[in-house]
Amino acid sequence: MSIPKDLLYTETHEWVKLEGKEAYVGITEYAANELGDLVYVNLAEEGAAVVKGEAFTDVESVKAVSDVMSPISGMIAEVNEELADAPEKINEAPYEAWFIKVNNITDAEGLMDAAAYEAYLETL
Amino acid sequence: MGNYIPGTPKEQLEMLKAAGYQSFDELYRDVPESVRLKELPEFPEGISELEVQRKMEKIAAKNRVFGTVLRGAGSYRHYIPSIVTEVTGKEEFRTAYTPYQAEISQGVLQSIFEYQTDIAELTGMDVSNASVYDGATAAAEGADMCREKKRTKTLVSATVDPKILSVVSTYAFGRNAEVVIVPEKDGKTDREALRGLLDEETACVLLQQPNYYGIIEDAEGIIADAHEAKAKVVMSVNPVSLAILKTPGELGADVAVGEGQPLGLPMAFGGPYIGFMATTEKMIRKLPGRIVGETNDVDGKRGYVLTLQAREQHIRREKAGSNICSNEALCAMTVAVYLAAMGPEGLKDVARQCVSKAHYLAKLLGEAGLKPAYDCEFFHEFVTEAPSEEKAEEILKALEKKDILGGLPLGNGLILWCATEVVTKEELEETAETVKEVLG
Amino acid sequence: MKLVFERSVPGRNTAYLPKLDVPEITLNAELREKKLNLPELPEVEVDRHYTELSKQTRGVNGGIYPLGSCTMKYNPAVNEKTAALPGFTDVHPLQPVETVQGALEVFRETERLLTKITGMDAFSLQPAAGAHGEFTGLLLIKAYHLSRGDQARTKIIVPDSAHGTNPASAAMAGFEVVNIASDDHGYVDLDALRAAVGPDTAGLMLTNPNTVGLFDPHILEITGIVHEAGGLCYYDGANLNAVMGIARPGDMGFDVMHINLHKTFSTPHGGGGPGSGPCGCKAFLADFLPGLRVKEADGTGLVEGKAASTIGNMRSFAGNFSVIVKALTYIYVLGKEGIPATAKNAVLNANYMMEQLKDLYPMAFEGPCMHEFVMTLEKMKEETHVSALDIAKALLDYGIHPPTMYFPLIVHEALMVEPTETESKETLDEAVQVLRQIYADALAAPEAMHEKPLTTPVRRLDEVGAARNPVVRYRFAD
Repeated sequence: MSIPKDLLYTETHEWVKLEGKEAYVGITEYAANELGDLVYVNLAEEGAAVVKGEAFTDVESVKAVSDVMSPISGMIAEVNEELADAPEKINEAPYEAWFIKVNNITDAEGLMDAAAYEAYLETL
Repeated sequence: MGNYIPGTPKEQLEMLKAAGYQSFDELYRDVPESVRLKELPEFPEGISELEVQRKMEKIAAKNRVFGTVLRGAGSYRHYIPSIVTEVTGKEEFRTAYTPYQAEISQGVLQSIFEYQTDIAELTGMDVSNASVYDGATAAAEGADMCREKKRTKTLVSATVDPKILSVVSTYAFGRNAEVVIVPEKDGKTDREALRGLLDEETACVLLQQPNYYGIIEDAEGIIADAHEAKAKVVMSVNPVSLAILKTPGELGADVAVGEGQPLGLPMAFGGPYIGFMATTEKMIRKLPGRIVGETNDVDGKRGYVLTLQAREQHIRREKAGSNICSNEALCAMTVAVYLAAMGPEGLKDVARQCVSKAHYLAKLLGEAGLKPAYDCEFFHEFVTEAPSEEKAEEILKALEKKDILGGLPLGNGLILWCATEVVTKEELEETAETVKEVLG
Repeated sequence: MKLVFERSVPGRNTAYLPKLDVPEITLNAELREKKLNLPELPEVEVDRHYTELSKQTRGVNGGIYPLGSCTMKYNPAVNEKTAALPGFTDVHPLQPVETVQGALEVFRETERLLTKITGMDAFSLQPAAGAHGEFTGLLLIKAYHLSRGDQARTKIIVPDSAHGTNPASAAMAGFEVVNIASDDHGYVDLDALRAAVGPDTAGLMLTNPNTVGLFDPHILEITGIVHEAGGLCYYDGANLNAVMGIARPGDMGFDVMHINLHKTFSTPHGGGGPGSGPCGCKAFLADFLPGLRVKEADGTGLVEGKAASTIGNMRSFAGNFSVIVKALTYIYVLGKEGIPATAKNAVLNANYMMEQLKDLYPMAFEGPCMHEFVMTLEKMKEETHVSALDIAKALLDYGIHPPTMYFPLIVHEALMVEPTETESKETLDEAVQVLRQIYADALAAPEAMHEKPLTTPVRRLDEVGAARNPVVRYRFAD
């Protein structure tokens, strides 16, 4: 399973890519595999606030729905609308299929690096 | 006396022993002694099938079946072709469960897919669900579909059937949402009042076409008013009228709902009926209840499955948009068989005959002294005004004596009449004669 | 198979109506411009189409239908006959009261007998399904607390083993849902319950026997804890078939409940409805009941009324009347001996099957079970990758309807079996034999299990594709 070194991770299996004052958020390959084939992404709303540890959207497989938590606090600057028509992109390339771009970040503490996340996955 | 248990007492005992128990009591050992029932209190002994048949026939005989029915108001006597009951009586359709196991449920699934297509075509909308309980719950669910975080209020026209209003209000009580009545003016929705009531909290306007009084509303105008205020429109429609009247889809409604009973279901003292719901492609995920979709099997063969299930309660639990799980599948099939039997020309004929007979009745009643209460174009229902409430009652009593169920008394001498294709010219003339006799 | 629209040929039809016998009227209103695409078929084609569909539909007469939590018992023929009496089918719901005395008697009698069976004091027969009954019951709880000026009771406690409708109904009634965990036996965790209740508790929703098929022996303590905190207890009647005539929700401390007439009282499921979900309650809630309340009037027979502080109406008319007629017919036939005998045999059949399977199929919980039991294929899944779904699909090739899969959610790889009382020993033995054979097949050739079924009209369907690109209607060329 791939766990890119340049990303940070949560225990709820989201990744975040910090780029200066902005960040991209998605779900990890582990999460995508666990959920199975995704069939729908409930797109978040541009301009809405996200709070670390709270759900900002959910994703659906055929027989399950799962909340996606925000790893950081801030504002949604952009939503990846491509996912609405092609949720399979999350299964195919989870680290490219970002859900939201966040700016005005107020809290990005307490995230795991790739090694820590890998160790965490071992415990599951 | 009666039961439907196959095993003899001896066999039951053998099975108990095979399962490792000595008595039935042992099976119920977790039931606390203090709540164990010795016997059902004040309960009748069981009876045989012959006895129950007699008993139920006796009860049924205490209901009166009228030869002529001129009453509608949400339940209509239409002709039901014999093929409809013949098909829906088939044991497989009657007793099957919800089609969870798609491989052995293609019959039910395909019939729902066909029903969804029928409803989408009738209403002119993009998509339909597999049905809900009845027309009023469809309206209430429709209102729920339109609610957003900041827009929760439902405006209901005063010309909507009061029974629908009542159900919408009960559902709104659950949601802690507000329902506001838009006043009527001369039998129609008061558009000026509507414009005054529309605000940033309005989620939708609920309008009925034809309305409770049978009158054809200016739906296009009302929809324009609502959309101008960024509110949605739920349109409750009579499905027979859709054969000739402009459809909710053509008018730009966001949700179309209605009571499907006129399409092949008996009046049956109010149920089971079927609520249909259709909406736009854009709102499909807000649509509650079962939805059947087309797909392929592993060999590439076309088949049908319950789809978009992650919207529903068994997956989304407290976050689901609705708690509904049963639809009215057998009633949906009834509607589909009725429409297949009648065809497009047959349904148009039903609509045309309803309109013509209702207008003929209105004309005869007018001549007999019962004037129309409103000067508006109507479909197959209309309201008349008797000189007094007493006279209205007298008219209905006199009709009953002639085996005619007259219109529904609305109070203040107003009567809501309905004529469908099943009443004959003679019956309508007899009705008018009787009215004339009463009014002298 | 062709769709009905693909069988359609323009211009074909069968005429059912006489010619119009009054002057034809054309409306001035805005008329439909969109073409009306409905099937155009002669009657024989309609009949054949649906006959073909019926061959691809599984009814109860096709064999055992052991869907846990669904109570797929035999639907007696006489029920259909009584419900089809013209005195019941051809009556308008808004007729003068003296012309519908029979219908009102059906309501009054059904209500009376249901109160005796459940230990409740009153029933509204208006709700059209189980979930609808739940919603009704929760609105009663809401109205009750509000009527006492207690606005703080905003939470409904639901065990994690509950049917999905429970939390969904609570949300619809405007409550916040508090989920509590079950203990190792599948029972309500009493400590968790004690920790969850408080001045904000509106009520608890519970199924007993619970969704793992066990009767919770702590039931009186459970309802006691909720009552002590000022909350009410809601009984989900989905599993009433196991205990009717044996124990009553009203005596267990429940205040309000629903019954699924289409499960316990033998009315057919119709491929997903119509059902009927009467909502019953204790006397102190009866004033809030929705819909029609039938009352006895001196000398004039029965009259229609409504409850003093009614929550309103849950649907247009008084209830799914024909379904109620069927249930009443069934209750009359069973009577005071037949009802407990039915429950006992439902429980017997489940325990009999469980005993014959438990050496092969691990049971989620020990017996005696009530009317259903839950097996877990977790170990098999780990060792052979054969899942509960694979086992269920393999059953299809043997002509047996699979049990409920993947419910309750607290059991992994669950298969939930409810044989019902109307299956004979031979039928149960046969089902057991098939299940044992499949188990052996799975161990011998696990890979092949993923291919099942092989003999059904269609095989496994692409549900992912169906959900990603929904096609939910036929598209006409024009």
